[in-house]
Amino acid sequence: MENIINIFIKSIFIENMVFAYFLGMCSYLAVSKSVKTATGLGLAVIFVLGITVPVNYLLENFILKEGALSWLGSQFAEVDLSFLSFIMFIAVIASMVQLVEMIVEKFAPALYASLGIFLPLIAVNCAILGGSLFMQQKDFLNIGEATTYGIGSGVGWFLAIVGIAAIREKVQYSNVPAPLRGLGMAFIITGLMGMAFMGFSGIKL
Amino acid sequence: MIGQGFKNFFDKQRPKFEKGGKLHTFHSVFEGFETFLYVSDATTKKGSHVRDYIDLKRTMIFVVLALVPTMLFGMYNIGYQHFAAIGALAETTFMQVFIYGFLRVLPVIIVSYGVGLGIEFAFAQIKGHEIHEGFLVSGLLIPLVLPIDTPLWMTAIAVAFSVIIAKEAFGGTGMNIWNPALIARAFLFFAYPSHMSGDSVWIRLGTDADKVVDGFSGATPLGLALNGILDYNIWDAFWGFIPGSIGETSSFAILLGAAFLIITGIGSWKIMLSTVLGALFTGALINVFAVNPFMEIPFWHHLFLGGFMFGAVFMTTDPVSASQTAKGKWIYGFLIGVLAIVIRVLNPAFPEGVMLAILLMNTFAPLIDHYVVQGNVRRRLKRVSVKV
Repeated sequence: MENIINIFIKSIFIENMVFAYFLGMCSYLAVSKSVKTATGLGLAVIFVLGITVPVNYLLENFILKEGALSWLGSQFAEVDLSFLSFIMFIAVIASMVQLVEMIVEKFAPALYASLGIFLPLIAVNCAILGGSLFMQQKDFLNIGEATTYGIGSGVGWFLAIVGIAAIREKVQYSNVPAPLRGLGMAFIITGLMGMAFMGFSGIKL
Repeated sequence: MIGQGFKNFFDKQRPKFEKGGKLHTFHSVFEGFETFLYVSDATTKKGSHVRDYIDLKRTMIFVVLALVPTMLFGMYNIGYQHFAAIGALAETTFMQVFIYGFLRVLPVIIVSYGVGLGIEFAFAQIKGHEIHEGFLVSGLLIPLVLPIDTPLWMTAIAVAFSVIIAKEAFGGTGMNIWNPALIARAFLFFAYPSHMSGDSVWIRLGTDADKVVDGFSGATPLGLALNGILDYNIWDAFWGFIPGSIGETSSFAILLGAAFLIITGIGSWKIMLSTVLGALFTGALINVFAVNPFMEIPFWHHLFLGGFMFGAVFMTTDPVSASQTAKGKWIYGFLIGVLAIVIRVLNPAFPEGVMLAILLMNTFAPLIDHYVVQGNVRRRLKRVSVKV
């Protein structure tokens, strides 16, 4: 139990997808103009990460890893399919995103319209693939840990995008120098947010 | 009499700075100095407005006044630590100690104000507006949160970074998201870590470095606690006779400032109180689960160690970068208290991590406000629909 909590807190704050690894920046910068749409996209990312990471964990441990196929019989114990992991992970992610897209379109058409192209683009959001690849590296003990990691990373990304969205909504009313308006400001804000998040780097759990 | 003379002087000079005058390019500098000394006679031409002599400049001056006890004590403490380190405390008089510190702190303050105001003046000229007063406070806060041995050129770079990136890029005074003084300190902290932490930066030894007494350690109490040594007297920490950044050591002097800020209504008591509550709560919680000496520091000692008190009184209450809704202030302050102690105790890299907690909550203050406002809107909408 303690382990699970540690993984959760670590993935949200210490190994934050945006501020520690700078993953998923494209949709983070593009959809962070209002808190409402940012919340929608952030929830979608939590959902996709929370499903794809455990699914990929199962794939990794029962099909792809060296010796993972030994449950089929001893003649498969030598097989190493890990060269397929990228394509398998992406396939899982793409199908999950398709699912999310259909759900959002059905139940929140307004959010679907405001997210636009960025909803299907979650499929190529590097934070999502990054979640699965980090999972591969970290050698989690069981599927519970992998799920926690997926959800935690999603929550970290969610916090980052709603945080910057609220700041950008506020900065809209500021007298920002003309050349910096829009994206320029978003980059400066991201940098300073990253500096604030540095407080967590180095915490050992 | 002298006041009147100054006023006449300003009146006489004014034509030169008006449109068409010889020195028109410097009009914002002129206005800045004139309104610094006198209430402006310019009035709003349109729209409704509140008539009050407490304008932005007076507000800022009040904060500077609240900082004075802290600054004076900081100067004394620099001298005190110096003479204590070389074992000469008994032979020196109070004034010698104070003057030693005064002469060390003064250059830092001059550099901070010089660089910061220079940039502010330049921006005011380029953008053609009046000089913003915000830097009056930041310019004094920055020296007070730095270790005394920070080289002056580093101070200058940090001030320039914070004024340009964290303030002017956002549109100047009143629009920054993060507290400029904290950005300056965090910038130095990450850019030159060896000059901002460790054992050798908190006490100015200067040319007397070879006279240091046996058993002398220049580390702050928190730096020592990190190594498992709990060696401080809580009353020393309260009055301020411990090594640390220039202005952060004396909780007593800071509390004087806090009282002044609360009485004049400039600092928010809600934020100060909730920050302290958050810290006490987390400290007590960590005490229960303590596994090392740092975690065993009695929870109320945290208030008087390191930069906590300074941060809670002068940094969290910055009206621009803090939460602006009443409910938001409680949440904002409480989370700062929690995070400050969590970072301090659990993160071995940053035992003096109060600034990072405040910066982090500065980041989320707009989000807290957003949710508080939305919650209010939703509640009132519900009331409307019930009546209809």
